[in-house]
Amino acid sequence: MEIIAHRAAPDILSTALRVAGCRHHFPVLRQWVNGKPLVYLDNAATSQKPQIVIDAMMRYYESENSNIHRGVHYLSERATEAYEGVRRKVAQFVNASDASEIIFVRGTTEAVNLVSYSYGRKSIGPGDEVVISAMEHHSNIVPWQILCEEKGAKLRVIPMDDRGVLLLDEYEKLLNERTKIVAVVHVSNALGTINPVKEMIATAHRRGIPVLVDGAQAVPHMKVDVRDLDCDFYAFSAHKMFGPTGVGVLYGKTRHLEAMPPYQGGGDMIKSVTFEKTIYNDLPHKFEAGTPNIGGGIGLGAAVDYLVDLDMDAVAAHEHDLLLYATQAVQQIPGVRIIGTAPMKAGVLSFVIDGIHPHDIGTILDDEGIAIRTGHHCAQPVMLRFGVPATARASFAFYNTKEEIDALVRGIDKVKEVLG
Amino acid sequence: MSAIRELYQQVILDHNKSPRNYHAMPDATRAVDGYNPLCGDHYKVYVKIDHGIVTDISFEGSGCAISKASASVMSSMVKGKTVAEADALFAEFHRLVTGTSAGDDDIQRLGKLAAFAGVSEYPARVKCASLAWHTLHSALSSDQSSVSTE
Repeated sequence: MEIIAHRAAPDILSTALRVAGCRHHFPVLRQWVNGKPLVYLDNAATSQKPQIVIDAMMRYYESENSNIHRGVHYLSERATEAYEGVRRKVAQFVNASDASEIIFVRGTTEAVNLVSYSYGRKSIGPGDEVVISAMEHHSNIVPWQILCEEKGAKLRVIPMDDRGVLLLDEYEKLLNERTKIVAVVHVSNALGTINPVKEMIATAHRRGIPVLVDGAQAVPHMKVDVRDLDCDFYAFSAHKMFGPTGVGVLYGKTRHLEAMPPYQGGGDMIKSVTFEKTIYNDLPHKFEAGTPNIGGGIGLGAAVDYLVDLDMDAVAAHEHDLLLYATQAVQQIPGVRIIGTAPMKAGVLSFVIDGIHPHDIGTILDDEGIAIRTGHHCAQPVMLRFGVPATARASFAFYNTKEEIDALVRGIDKVKEVLG
Repeated sequence: MSAIRELYQQVILDHNKSPRNYHAMPDATRAVDGYNPLCGDHYKVYVKIDHGIVTDISFEGSGCAISKASASVMSSMVKGKTVAEADALFAEFHRLVTGTSAGDDDIQRLGKLAAFAGVSEYPARVKCASLAWHTLHSALSSDQSSVSTE
């Protein structure tokens, strides 16, 4: 069954059918681990790759490999066209106004660093403030901390409640004439909370403050429209959206990107170089020094094609169904506490078990062929906020099934049996 | 016995639930913090050393069953031993959990520590099993006040 054949309205039945037909696109999911069929529930760490992504990258290296933006020869032109074609695809996928607003980077982390380095160093001075939230990944904390330390600026943090919901009244109170940027996560990797970023952006814009959104956990799981959100910057990674590692995207509004100094110097980001003066290239190339991850970019393009065919609304509906099913099942297990109970959540289920360390949960589940993440999820302040050293986290993708959640529940019972 | 039961042996489950020598020691000769930044495990190991002999040892902190049980068994094993004997035991324990022990004689000398043999099947857990030992080693041998597995 091909996914393209199923683009009807995403009611639960047709979604389930579509998903049943999709799972076989992912070769890695066919294996057995420790004598059990692999149950891969670590999608927030990285997603698996469909065959068409793997094939697209292989085809590129087999028949198109060449450096881009340079050669006049046949292969270079083909590679350049393929790579720039991906930029147009990504722009369309997130509804950017123009492909030149799509900057290719290594991943979300580099995208945030690019903005903190380039935009931040130009716009932030002593006494200024940067606002982030209490549920940020380290990659949306540390770059701003480095900037604030260097500039004598202050990092302010939007607090959250015990469910993992940001306190929007407190957020509004934090904003003032010294606030130079707001950097907030769209979907929390540790809690699953979907933040009301559109509303938060509007709040900041009323005061003329630009907003960066970390969309690493949002783009693979829901429709993202950067113009509807009206965000100034939006960052995401290919590897979490069924593409390869080592490539990611920074979307930025043209007027910001035009005004920003380059992030790194080198080839491709220049128009002309003399020892006296260098003239920088136009967008997006100004921010893309050096030969990029071309093969990775091609893989990202294939992943975008795949997601467009799949329909992001159907993906979101199926994952929501999985989350409800898993939440209900897991919260009924005695001694289990779910961390992150916001009303608006994506497919992330973080939990702890009384008297059992998450690390031991992870090892015993692995023995059952179930892959989850245990630890602080690169969000130590979140762990501190909830008073736990670590959590166990199951995170879903559209290829997961209710049978796999049943296996997770049986696995948790086994954990309690072994360590009880 | 399945590998997972081999890992979580009764000795380990028991020491995890009721860790021995699990308290602070205000009059310790040395107290050293040990961290595993990857999983957030943290223990503080206290020792009293008198003429090269570990006369008392205790620990406190938090972490997984493997790390806590290891710290507990360690504390009950090294009390009364010389610094050199404690270090030799660590070396042998390390060979055990990395699956490089010379043979059964070695393992028998380890006594209760032999319960950690199953760790060698789980490379990701070697750091858990050895965190307290690294911390003790630091307390016995150097001026460091904290040690990290990374």
